This record gives sequence, structure tokens and C-alpha cells, in this order.
Amino acid sequence: MLRVGGVRTRSLHVLPRKGYRLAYVTALKCRECEREYPVEPLNVCEFCFGPLEVAYDYEAIRKVISREQISKGPQTMWRYALLLPVDGENAVDLHGGFTPLLKANNLGKLLGLDNLYIKNDSVNPSFSFKDRVVSVAITKALEFGFDTVACASTGNLAGSVAAHAAKAGMKALIFIPADLERGKVVGAGVYGPTLVSVHGSYDDVNRLCSELADNYHWAFVNINLRPYYAEGSKTLGYEVAEQLGWRAPDHAVVPLASGALFTKIWKGLHELQDLGLIPTVKTRMHATQPAGCAPIVDAFLNGSRIIRPVRPNTIAKSLAIGNPADGIYALRALVQSQGAACNVPEDEIAEGVKLLAETEGIFTETAGGVVISGLKRLVQAGAIKRDELTVAFITGNGLKTQEAVEGMVHPITIEPTMKSFQAAMEDRQLL
Amino acid sequence: MGRVRVRLTFPETLVPRPLIYELGHRFQVVTNIRRAHVEEHVGWVVLELDGEEDEIEHGLVWTRSLGVRVDPVTADVVEG
Ligand SMILES: Cc1ncc(COP(=O)(O)O)c(C=O)c1O
Ligand SMILES: [Zn+2]
Repeated sequence: MLRVGGVRTRSLHVLPRKGYRLAYVTALKCRECEREYPVEPLNVCEFCFGPLEVAYDYEAIRKVISREQISKGPQTMWRYALLLPVDGENAVDLHGGFTPLLKANNLGKLLGLDNLYIKNDSVNPSFSFKDRVVSVAITKALEFGFDTVACASTGNLAGSVAAHAAKAGMKALIFIPADLERGKVVGAGVYGPTLVSVHGSYDDVNRLCSELADNYHWAFVNINLRPYYAEGSKTLGYEVAEQLGWRAPDHAVVPLASGALFTKIWKGLHELQDLGLIPTVKTRMHATQPAGCAPIVDAFLNGSRIIRPVRPNTIAKSLAIGNPADGIYALRALVQSQGAACNVPEDEIAEGVKLLAETEGIFTETAGGVVISGLKRLVQAGAIKRDELTVAFITGNGLKTQEAVEGMVHPITIEPTMKSFQAAMEDRQLL
Repeated sequence: MGRVRVRLTFPETLVPRPLIYELGHRFQVVTNIRRAHVEEHVGWVVLELDGEEDEIEHGLVWTRSLGVRVDPVTADVVEG
């Protein structure tokens, strides 16, 4: 077998189930050359190798969608089913999405922002925004007739795929790098998938999985199902707009790894605009990445249109993608929206986690620390003004990366007596 | 015979070198450029290679040894 990490051209064809029909999806379309492909488990254009994206019949959607129709839907991401590439009736749904959008007055005051909101996606069923993409991907995998799903992940995706596969009664194979945080290993393994811990770098896991994807008939959620999978992130854009009273924010501050989330929030807002559901979108999309892995932000800051792959070295492991699949599209959205970008120094990541917890009562993982410290820097740099409506996207839960802030937490240990308590408190001038 | 698709990323020092031409001459492989983007300081090429699997593998090992990054065209599949 070839071990060079190449991808063979033989594509996987799984016939759709009988009677299966999609109302509003017309095709898969190459993002580069616009060639069209049937709705199948495919992710790369056979002709130019560009990535494929789902194409919809927006004219037909326009006739049935409305603010009222959406607001009568379930209190989950599936209220936007008309804009997702699956049959929403049979969604594999753990109640993902429709997470809180909270006005962040304390943090806002500290940073000098009067209209700051936190989109708290850390409270999803498996504690990250990945439930949005995975709910779509696993639903699609069932539609295609797969019985096994797979993914390569640094943790959040692993947990989400394992959870949704359990709900769907599917087999799951999950590949993780061996040095993953404990909370993420347990948080995936508990759902009963086959969990494979790979000795090697992220690159090695990558290479192995693209080889596996080519040799086994599995639904690899972020490889052969990627066009469908990625669409799930649009719901973050829809929700924020709906929760703001059907309008787009002035600023969005987003963490990037592959760049898909960033691109799809942007796309989601524009779809609502084009369908006449919100006024013209003027949102500036701001990108934040950890300094130890910032290929997209660095390209932007260098004025390059090429994403130069890097070897990740960051405590924000969920953002540790050195060669981002959607980097170039994220870069385009960043430029088009007149956004700014920030690579957050590694020592400010845990500080960001702590700051959000102390001011707003939200415990986020390191990716959220990147967003909060990035937001702070963007405000200082003048990219965001005091009165402008700003949404910071908090996409993962702090309980999964406790290691990052462990050293900042110091319980006071005492004997079970009043005397001991008072002495300890007086020592620290807390009484 | 096999066919492999890879994405090569060139560092600045290698941008001017006719590396794909050399690859086709040193090894028994047919190279076919499918997509590319080259700037002054960095560039990438999506390349299709046809040939015996061993030859392709040796060719790519050689390419890597020069400092070119070789990735599968699906780019990253490890996700957060
Ligand atoms: C918590 C968290 N936030 C953000 C991201 C970035 O998402 P994307 O890869 O779509 O850019 C990830 C994973 O990749 C993640 O796990
Ligand atoms: Zn194409």
C-alpha cells in the first residue's frame, strides 16, 4: 500500500436509499471551477481538486421560509432545517444549537464596549459547537446508508461524533493524537466508540486518516461528508441574527482552525440577507488564532493570499490545524468583510479563559481564551468601537481543558474549625 | 500503476526551481499540475502523479527531502 499520504482518485460511491429525496439541495458544486456533482459522499472536485460545496435552490426556499416559520420551529439548530442539506424530519438530534446569546456588560465595561454579546456555544450537548456540524453529518451518513462513521479529531469533534453515533445507533471510529487532554479523551470514549490513539503528530494522524478514508467505506464526517458537515456551522450565524432581533452584528470575533466555522458564519448571515430575512449585512468578521498556530491570521497580516502551513505548537489544541482546509476561503471572507485579525500570544490564552469566567460566569476552553484575549487586542487596536454591536463566539467548554487554568486556581485549605478558617482568611486579608 | 494526488507547498528558496520538471526526470512518473498558486515568497501546487507506486513514493520522498511540504489534497482532516 502506498504510504506517501497521497489520495487515490477512486471515489467512493454509495447509492442513496430508495425514495430518498432532498427538496432544496440541487447539487454539489466545486468552489473553484463551479463544476457540479451529484449529491453523494464526495468532497473534492475530480477535475481541479477544489473543495465541493452544497448548492441550494434558493428561489424555492424563499417561497417557504419566513421569520415566522423559523420561530415556530424547535428550540434547536433544526429550526433552520430548510437551509441545511439533509431531511430535517429525520435529524439525529441531541438538541444541539439555539444556545444563549448573552449581553456581556461586565466584560464589556472592562474592555470599553457598550454592546458586547457572548454567543455561548459551550453549552451544546457535547459541549462544543461541533454538535452543529456533526448533527448534520451523521444525519447525512444515515441518509446515504452508511453504518459506520469516523473522524480524526483533537477532541471536540471526537466527543460530538461519538455522542451522535451513539444516538443514531451507528458504529464510530475515532482517531485522536496521543497527547490529547484527559477531558477530551474521556469525553469521547465514554460514548462507546472505537477510540484510536495515534502516536505521532497531527500531520501523521492526518495522513493516516486520508489513507483510511480511501480504503474503507466509512462516513468520515470531515472528509467524504465535509461539504454537508461544514454547512452545520451556518446555524451559528442564523441564530445570532435571530437572537439579535433579525439583524447581523457589526462585528463577529471568531476562533479559526480549519477556517470552516468562520466562513460558514459569514455565509449564514449572507443567506439570511439574500432571502430578505435580515437587512444588509455589514458585519466585520475578525479572525483569532493562537500565536503557536496562526497560518490564516499570519497570511492576512502579511498581505498574502497563500496560507503557509505551519507546525502547530499551542496550548489551544482544538485550534491546532497547521494546514487549514478552508483557510483560503476564510481569508477571503476576512478581506471581503473588512475584518481584522489577531494572533494571540500563548501566555494570554489562559488569561482570556480566566477573564471570561470572572466577568461573565462562563467557563470556556482554550479556543474561547483565544477569542477573549483576541477581542481585547482588537479593541485596543481600534478595530472595534465602543458603541458597535459585537458578538464574541465562545465555541467550547472549559471543563475539557482544565489543565490550561489549573495553575490559576488556589483553594484555601483549612482545618474544620472556626479558628482555622478565621486565621486563614486574615492571613490573606479576605475578612 | 497508481495515481496519487498531492499538494506541494514550496518555501521561498524553492519557488524559482523547476522542481516538478526535475521530479518527472529523476523518477518514472508522469506529473500533471491541476491547480497552483505561486507568489514571490511561497507557492503551492496540486499535482497528480502517475506511475509505479514505488516510483511515486521515492519521488515524493525526494521532494520532501528538499524542504517541500507534501500533503494529501484533502488537506487537514484532524479537527478540533
Ligand atoms: C472549540 C473550537 N472552536 C473553534 C474551532 C475551529 O473551527 P474550524 O475548524 O471550523 O475553523 C474548533 C475546531 O476546529 C473547536 O474545537
Ligand atoms: Zn473544480
